[in-house]
Amino acid sequence: MIGVGAVYAVAGLMFAAFAVLTLRDPAHPKRYRRSAFWALLGLSFLAGDRLGDLGDGLVVLGLAGLAAFGGLGLGRPQTTTPAERLEGAKRWGDRLFWLALIIPAVALAGTLGFKALHVGASPLVDPKQASVIALALGVVVALVVAMLILRPPLSAPLQEGRRLADLVGWALVLPQMLAALGAVFALAGVGASVGHLVSAVLPSNSPAAAVIAYTVGMAAFTFVMGNAFAAFPVMTAGVGLPLIVHKFGGDPAIMGALGMLSGFCGTLLTPMAANFNIVPTTLLELSDRWAVIKAQAPTALLMLIVNTALMYALVFRF
Amino acid sequence: MLPLIGIAVLVLGFAVRLNPLAVIVAAALTSGLLAGMAPLAVIAHLGKAFNDSRYVTVAFVAVPVIGLLERHGLQARARMRISQLATATTGRLLILYLGLRQITAALGLIALGGHVQMVRPMLAPMAEGAAQARLGVLPQPVLSLIRAHAAATDNVGVMFGEDIFIALSSILLIKGFLHLEGVEVAPLQLSMWAIPSAIAAFLIHGARLAWLDKRLERLAAESADAERQAGS
Repeated sequence: MIGVGAVYAVAGLMFAAFAVLTLRDPAHPKRYRRSAFWALLGLSFLAGDRLGDLGDGLVVLGLAGLAAFGGLGLGRPQTTTPAERLEGAKRWGDRLFWLALIIPAVALAGTLGFKALHVGASPLVDPKQASVIALALGVVVALVVAMLILRPPLSAPLQEGRRLADLVGWALVLPQMLAALGAVFALAGVGASVGHLVSAVLPSNSPAAAVIAYTVGMAAFTFVMGNAFAAFPVMTAGVGLPLIVHKFGGDPAIMGALGMLSGFCGTLLTPMAANFNIVPTTLLELSDRWAVIKAQAPTALLMLIVNTALMYALVFRF
Repeated sequence: MLPLIGIAVLVLGFAVRLNPLAVIVAAALTSGLLAGMAPLAVIAHLGKAFNDSRYVTVAFVAVPVIGLLERHGLQARARMRISQLATATTGRLLILYLGLRQITAALGLIALGGHVQMVRPMLAPMAEGAAQARLGVLPQPVLSLIRAHAAATDNVGVMFGEDIFIALSSILLIKGFLHLEGVEVAPLQLSMWAIPSAIAAFLIHGARLAWLDKRLERLAAESADAERQAGS
């Protein structure tokens, strides 16, 4: 069975190649540190399951240490000039779009179609990881087709990939690091503490107050944790179920759906949701780390009001 | 209550702009130690959780392909294409994308968007190109504003679309958690009650994008004025 391990191996080899190319780039301002960063990440993807928990922990400390003390520098591998790109746009035309769309097309087809593929009685592709595996397959297919059509130098994809990865920099591992932090917080009982705190200060005599405490609490706790999934169990056990459902007789489906969407309003506002809010600022080369959050903040705040109003209007009626 | 100090470390570290990776390690150590774990145990827990979360970073395997296509002019092509459409504006383009992103996400097709595969190589250049075809050369801060709105529109679209798809992880989490608490709900009910918010999100964010067009016109006029004064 093809599992997620194959995808991690592909990613690991890619990061290892970035490490080698960086090391061999004398123009890179911090080539040893940056190369060590990509090498550690490659090691984590290639051998993370064999390093042991403490070994993985030391990798995390290494990545954080390299990023925090002295910085990583920005590599500028040779690429095409704006004039050459304009030339390329005219020469290749819309074929460039079709090549780019291979990735999502294969990802979709794989997510839907892998179920049908079997080797004997067992599925060919791990059904739990189908979407991640399909995405990686889409990348490989797109790469092969693009190389055949565009015929660039063989090193081009890895050098261009390194160019983009250097731009994103340490933010590339930020979402994964935050996910790991969420797990440690859960082990340390942070969620339970917040739950106690919220139910201790909560006014419990009016349905409207309970709804507001629940939706705003979901958004606020999501803001801190960066993830509505972490906030939902805490806020629902602390406020949603005891007050809205059990005490005031609200409908649990409406509460759950609108509660989660209130959490998403917090996601749109927080740098902790790094893959949504911080990674794009690096990818789009924006100097303001809050630029994306600023662009979506009015929508997020208005939607929090809308979700709260909808919940109050609907939850006690059905 | 002591582990909550970890959250304080996190907020404070971010506020004084220390490197976020270091802040995260410090927050994890603080919470773990105050919860009574041994230092090496906290590091091991952090390492295990990091290793188990590798799927979060997998989206970046697309960078060699995206970089290769950029090298051959993908972004330039996106700008060129949009400037051929006389009716295209930044706001209209992003409103169209918002609607498509919400609908496809509601059908479970989340892989169709995203910052690495869609926003950087295609959506952001198109949004810039539409503004430049209509308003002329724009200064960098205005281009940055347009790019930020391209990313924001992708985020709003996916978040207020995906909750309508019944097999999505957030729906399954809601159902699973309520089930543990002894309350039964059907996934279809949950996705149905996400629809009013999805419509509201389209109207609110769409109106803001229409207003963005007006704002871009004003910013372009201001920068043209400033240039004329500098020239005279």
